[in-house]
Amino acid sequence: MTGVLVVLAVLILATVFGLWFRANNGRMRTADVHTAGADEHGGEILDAQAIGVVLGSRATLVQFSSAFCQPCRATRQILDQVSGMIDGVVHVDIDAEANLDLVRALDIRRTPTVVILDDAGRIRKRASGLPRKADVIAALGELE
Amino acid sequence: MDSYLFSMTDSAVLCTRARIDPRGPRFGGAISTVVLAIALIAIGTPLGAALIAWQTLVFGLGAFAGLRAQPYGILFRTFISPRLPAPAELEDSAPPRFAQLVGFAFLAVALLSVLLGSVLISAIAVAFALGAAFLNAAFNFCLGCEVFLLVKRLARSS
Repeated sequence: MTGVLVVLAVLILATVFGLWFRANNGRMRTADVHTAGADEHGGEILDAQAIGVVLGSRATLVQFSSAFCQPCRATRQILDQVSGMIDGVVHVDIDAEANLDLVRALDIRRTPTVVILDDAGRIRKRASGLPRKADVIAALGELE
Repeated sequence: MDSYLFSMTDSAVLCTRARIDPRGPRFGGAISTVVLAIALIAIGTPLGAALIAWQTLVFGLGAFAGLRAQPYGILFRTFISPRLPAPAELEDSAPPRFAQLVGFAFLAVALLSVLLGSVLISAIAVAFALGAAFLNAAFNFCLGCEVFLLVKRLARSS
């Protein structure tokens, strides 16, 4: 009897977690303004050297990926579409494992994580998990 | 880790890893959920021990011999997948294979505890494996994949 109750408890807990995860996964958030080196727009600043590509004149979509990541490929496709659609938007895919210092500095915990930089390289938006295309486009619109 | 990634018997060029039907691992997760639930209910009995041993073998085969050798994967390919329409998209086999390794780690602890006579620790390990298998089957949530980067981060940088 105890075993049945334990099984039920595990399944209920996992369901609650799964629903919470599904509701929050990939949601685009405005970057935390309390990070070190924050200015009035908030967030840290990344330059071309840190991410390995020249920043987009409008925005840069920085994706962190890893080998054990199911949604990384779909994320790549979405961000490629968005950067191809909107002028001045650049997409870069960074291997998180090979850039652990950057991953620690930005406190990236999962892959895929997408951070959106504005024209000056400031981190303005951030999403963990597969983002929706509409949310990425909307986030770019909020950068102005 | 890389060597095992590229050790798959896929004949494609280097860097293109084996691609699989994503419904396979979820089907396997559903069977694992049932097996682990029964194991947890029957923990402390010979049936519970046998199911833990069996599931350890299943995850071990998936992690170390590859998904093609995993019994539930064989079941899926033989009986289920021929009756289903072709998958909309194939997925990389590395994440689900890593999930098998995480499952194996939980089950190895559970099996060892059974052998050493600690029912409680065995039950806790099976409960974690059950939660992970259920999340995989019901929500397509890959626990191993999600904690992979955190584990990498915690490891000392060389």
